[in-house]
Amino acid sequence: MKWGVIRFPGSLDDGDALYAISEVMGQDATMLWHKEESLQGAKCLFLPGGFSYGDYLRTGAIARFSPIMKSVASFAADGGLVIGTCNGFQILCEAHLLPGALTRNRSLSFICERVHVRVENANTVFTRAAREGQVLCLPIKHGEGCYVAPEDELRQMEERGQVILRYVDAEGRGSEAANPNGSMRAIAGVANERFNVFGLMPHPEHAVEKMLGGDDARVFFQSIVESAQ
Amino acid sequence: MPLHVVKVFVTPHRGILDPQGRTIESSLKSLGFKSVANVKVGKYITLEIDAPSAAAARNQARKMCEQLLANPVIEDFTFEVELKPNVSGSPQPRIKVGREVEGE
Repeated sequence: MKWGVIRFPGSLDDGDALYAISEVMGQDATMLWHKEESLQGAKCLFLPGGFSYGDYLRTGAIARFSPIMKSVASFAADGGLVIGTCNGFQILCEAHLLPGALTRNRSLSFICERVHVRVENANTVFTRAAREGQVLCLPIKHGEGCYVAPEDELRQMEERGQVILRYVDAEGRGSEAANPNGSMRAIAGVANERFNVFGLMPHPEHAVEKMLGGDDARVFFQSIVESAQ
Repeated sequence: MPLHVVKVFVTPHRGILDPQGRTIESSLKSLGFKSVANVKVGKYITLEIDAPSAAAARNQARKMCEQLLANPVIEDFTFEVELKPNVSGSPQPRIKVGREVEGE
């Protein structure tokens, strides 16, 4: 399965994502420059974290207009798999490929730490290798990760199972203290209605090797690889 | 075509958590401004549009707000359109040709 990692000006985790997918997971992966329109035959697109266009105006607001995003939108409309982490998640929301928006952390502080998230829906191409309710330890590093959406939309998303990950404590319980950024309903990751686009604030590419602090995020990559088989 | 000056104000939606506004509010209170309330932090963007009429400039400004300058999920916008004062000739009165408030 061929993967494409999209590099925007200001992307930060593009190299780590390419490393995680190709070196650790053993997949065929290529870097795609945002000015290109060709996806070079990739079957799964990865939008990495970072500070595309310096976060000007709003996070992800300008990157959304990069030439490659037209290709990403039609790829997603055809059912192609797209995963966005951190700034990639913000870009997918701004591009209306995912519902909601990401705003300033409740604390106003940039947060860089390991947090726990619970898999709320293990019946998706991105989470099928995980157990429902499984607690994963993943790193976050963001200033604008507070997930916001209109109440009625949130209700529908919950009903359809689009809330994929929620911030919890190490035992898997939800609490105010376990919600690092003030996200509505402690949402850490969501999918679109069709379940082929997935965005999350934690960084899977930083959690694939035990030597580097943990490999809990392998389940996402394994899920996608299994889905393709 | 006459130049129009557009002033765009983008503010967080009512009901959306505005941690900056809240932090500034508590700082103002600690300075002694005890009666301060509802501090909101937004963006002020100015731009110029060469347009045949104020209505045409307003129309373009609204599209700019909807497509890029504001995110309707989290923000409201208002804008004002004025004719740009004539810099070379005699001073022109600043005529305000319209103000739009979205979502009210």
